[in-house]
Amino acid sequence: MEHKFFSVLSLAQEHYLAKELLHRRQVRIVRAMLMVLFLALWELAASFSWIDSFIFSSPSMIGKYFYSMLVDGSFFVHTGITLMETLVSFLLVILISLACALLLWSSRAMSEILEPYLVVLNSLPKSALAPLFLVWMGNNTKTIIVAAVSVALFGSILTLHTGFFQTDPEKIKLIYSLGGTKKDVLVKVLLPSSVPLIISSMKVNIGLCLVGVIIGEFLSSRAGLGYLITYGSQTFS
Amino acid sequence: MAHKLEVRGVGYAYHTMEGETPALSDISFTADTGEFIAVVGPSGCGKSTLLSLLCGLVKPESGSILIDQKPLEEAGDLIGYMLQKDHLFEWRTILSNVSLGLEIQKRLTPETQNELKEMLKTYGLEEFQDMRPSQLSGGMRQRAALIRTLALKPDILLLDEPFSALDYQTRLAVCDDISTIIRKTKKTAVLVTHDLSEAISVADQIIVLSPRPARVKAIIPISFPKKNQLQGESKETALKDTDHAAPGRTESTISPMERRNTPEFSQYFNLIWKELKHDGA
Repeated sequence: MEHKFFSVLSLAQEHYLAKELLHRRQVRIVRAMLMVLFLALWELAASFSWIDSFIFSSPSMIGKYFYSMLVDGSFFVHTGITLMETLVSFLLVILISLACALLLWSSRAMSEILEPYLVVLNSLPKSALAPLFLVWMGNNTKTIIVAAVSVALFGSILTLHTGFFQTDPEKIKLIYSLGGTKKDVLVKVLLPSSVPLIISSMKVNIGLCLVGVIIGEFLSSRAGLGYLITYGSQTFS
Repeated sequence: MAHKLEVRGVGYAYHTMEGETPALSDISFTADTGEFIAVVGPSGCGKSTLLSLLCGLVKPESGSILIDQKPLEEAGDLIGYMLQKDHLFEWRTILSNVSLGLEIQKRLTPETQNELKEMLKTYGLEEFQDMRPSQLSGGMRQRAALIRTLALKPDILLLDEPFSALDYQTRLAVCDDISTIIRKTKKTAVLVTHDLSEAISVADQIIVLSPRPARVKAIIPISFPKKNQLQGESKETALKDTDHAAPGRTESTISPMERRNTPEFSQYFNLIWKELKHDGA
């Protein structure tokens, strides 16, 4: 069927396809050129001392340093540690926020009592709390993970909680009319219908967890990308 | 003979912080086994509330509902409720959608599973059982929703404007289809609708409600000539119209489509129209 389709391509369709392909190619080329242009300008500016390369560095210096880290393997060590911490805190955020959102859904009183507290907790500047965690739990991975979880957790609970309350009331009525209980509503309607919501909240959370881990590493670590950033900025390398 | 369903002086009101909204007041009617009751009334008059009460989802504030002369609470499983939309779950196949009720009531066995497949076959959905609801037409989805309800083998069926989400042509066909299925299985049915012609074409008895708070304004028994009494021309059109109908209609009653072609139909229509209008509301 496909072959038949292609053999009867009209002139107008061919013209359209050619135009569309040209457009896509142009977008790709200009996009790449913009990057090259930016790096070239940066490099030129550094080598002609228009900017202070001690502060702003230059693409070639970054490249060299990156290469040396690749060679001695330290790049993989630091990235691996950050990645591991991010994944652990991400999993914790998913589990805890799902559990909390379900708990809030199951009790109207509890959700009404706790909602203002959640909003306040969510708007707290978590990076300001990170030093507190450091003093509280010491200079270790636990502190970093707690910091990361605290960045993502409350927003995630609020999102899931709002989503759960938007479940179609008619679908819930259907379950009750078939003789179901609240547990059936949860298992047959709420969770399956919330899958897209959970996935979209996971996408946000993985990013927030990375931010949280780096904040944590700024303060308390001997490895990881956040440590590298702090180390680099302090030694001006 | 004892009534299958008896509604005695039922009243109900909705409560909010702003106040009380009475929805139903002093509703009484009865239905015998196999009888098809249609409830009509202006929109927002509390028709759907009545079904929620009959289904036991909410409790009446006054009055009582009896099934086989026993209070409703003791007869929970005997009632099937078909909602306005089909509410088939997109994350389930048609087969697993129609087994939802049995699954919830933990009655899903290989035996009942086979019965379900039999029903899907009878109602022309066999080849769609592994598809997703979105792949089916509106009429087929509505039939799947009916199977989901019938799978629990209820004695009484509650239908809340089950055809209103369909386009007019499909609506006529599906209405014909589904009411024939219900008649064939000899279920007692209560249909809520705002479509007068739909009510007349399917019901044995029409209950006319007033605007909110709804009271029973009139109960109108509907009777049409039996099939063998139809003559000549009307019989021919009737036969033409049965093309899309489900198999195995009962001999004695004529189909909704055939009813629409009889002279009695417009008489009933005018009668009920006047009942609805005559209120000054």
